[in-house]
Amino acid sequence: MVKLETIVREERVAEVVAALEQCGYPGVTMYPVEGRGSQKGLVEQFRGRKYEIPFLPKIKLEVVIRDEDYERVVEAIIAAARTGEIGDGKIFACPIADVVRIRTGERKEAAL
Amino acid sequence: MRHILLLLLLIVVLSGNLAHASDPKGTETLNTQPEFPVDYVWVLVCGFLVFFMQAGFAMVEAGFCRSKNTTNLLSKNLIDFVVASLVFFAVGYGFLKGKDIGGFIGSGHWFLLGESYDVGIYLDFFWQLVFCGTAATIVSGAVAERLKFSAYLVYTLFVSLFIYPVYAHWVWGGGWLSRLPFGVGHVDFAGSGVVHAVGGLVGLAGAMVLGPRFGKYGKDGKPRAIPGHNLALAALGTFILWFGWFGFNPGSTFSAHHLRIAMVAVNTNLAAASGALTTLLLIYAKTHKWDLGMTLNGTLGGLVAVTAPCAWIEAWAAVVIGAVAGLLVVGGVEFLESRGIDDPVGAVSVHGINGLWGLLSVGLFADGTYGLYSLEPPYVTGLLYGGGAGQLLAQLVGIGTVAAWGFGLGYVLFKVMDLSFGIRVLPEEELRGLDLYEHGTPAYPEFTTHRMFVGS
Repeated sequence: MVKLETIVREERVAEVVAALEQCGYPGVTMYPVEGRGSQKGLVEQFRGRKYEIPFLPKIKLEVVIRDEDYERVVEAIIAAARTGEIGDGKIFACPIADVVRIRTGERKEAAL
Repeated sequence: MRHILLLLLLIVVLSGNLAHASDPKGTETLNTQPEFPVDYVWVLVCGFLVFFMQAGFAMVEAGFCRSKNTTNLLSKNLIDFVVASLVFFAVGYGFLKGKDIGGFIGSGHWFLLGESYDVGIYLDFFWQLVFCGTAATIVSGAVAERLKFSAYLVYTLFVSLFIYPVYAHWVWGGGWLSRLPFGVGHVDFAGSGVVHAVGGLVGLAGAMVLGPRFGKYGKDGKPRAIPGHNLALAALGTFILWFGWFGFNPGSTFSAHHLRIAMVAVNTNLAAASGALTTLLLIYAKTHKWDLGMTLNGTLGGLVAVTAPCAWIEAWAAVVIGAVAGLLVVGGVEFLESRGIDDPVGAVSVHGINGLWGLLSVGLFADGTYGLYSLEPPYVTGLLYGGGAGQLLAQLVGIGTVAAWGFGLGYVLFKVMDLSFGIRVLPEEELRGLDLYEHGTPAYPEFTTHRMFVGS
């Protein structure tokens, strides 16, 4: 099993969640986050003087998937989240040792 | 406190005018001047508009500052009119409009007793009061986000008790500036100098004694932007002020029978528009952005500048005066920041610098068609209309005087307060916001975090 931590644009969240559902993963956790990548934040101005906003608001989506679905899901997320401009976000993947469904006590892939 | 009360009582008794009233019913006034009702209504309605400018100042200052200081700014804008009302009633109005003593100060009308219990005096008192309140409230913007509320209370007391009324007496109460032997004497139609320059320059003194806000200057010493939390409030406040100015300037004829009020209204509006557009284009040329915040300041700068000349000029002159005001706002803000003076809302540039420019502009553009709040001569005539340099000279004397009086007394006032009890909040109070420490009431209690990304 793999956990995908996906950082996306706020305005793309609905598309990414729909794509995950299409891939068979309706369950997802989201966090409003702030961060920056190579674009290094934003420049705004107030009464004629510019200032930097060091972090930009983004949404982090967490979903745990089966190993065999990995390429398919990653492709689906890319298709849903991509605009081609700087700031589209990143996907971080890491292995998951176990999953427990608290209601039934099911383990591993059965609990997904 | 008891000594002050005793002193005030003594003044009342010595003035000896408790005995009889003048015309408290207004019937005599109405019989002898049957045309007066329209003038009374005109002055009162305009006075109500000027009062509403308090709301404008409150919104501009709250919007241009950070959310953590909103309660504090609203409290200051409320309390200055509260204190001014009571102090001006007790003593301030007497210093302004009482019997002239040596051209320096007025005496009489204490507590509006005796002879002052008269419809005409009450009308004049109300009009003068809303102007006094305006001068007092300007300062809160320049000292925003770091001045103790207690220091503001004391400051308000002294401004509405002494600094404002005495200077206003020199110009509007028959004092020495109005009697200068140049031109028709120093003139200031609705108070570019009396109200705005006094407020702006006392504010400058306060900002200098306080020092800049934490985070205003980087380690490299360069000024940084501290964005305000709500431009919607700042824009609303500017519209309210612009609207209020239609009372401030046209009402200063003190008579609806002067149809010149039409010119005053048009000139007021044109200077605001021209100040706004100049500022907008100037900042666009520098940053390639349509900067609303500075444009709001430019609008107010135009209004301040035209306040002194508005009754004595033609429309084209109002456009020129407003355009220069826009340049002065932008230049003033940058100059003050470069000198280490932190004026969070631009009050010094808008009211101080443009107040002085407004006084000067009378000596240039006055066209000789309107008199001293009168349809009769002497008319006010400036350099460009063949009036010679006399009026300009009278205006320059006024500029020097208001600069020395407003800035000088303001500096002494803030310095003495600072040395005696300290006027600046503690660093941690400034960082967390004055709302929490001084008032216990955050303006937006559901926003629980204040992100501070003040680096370098």
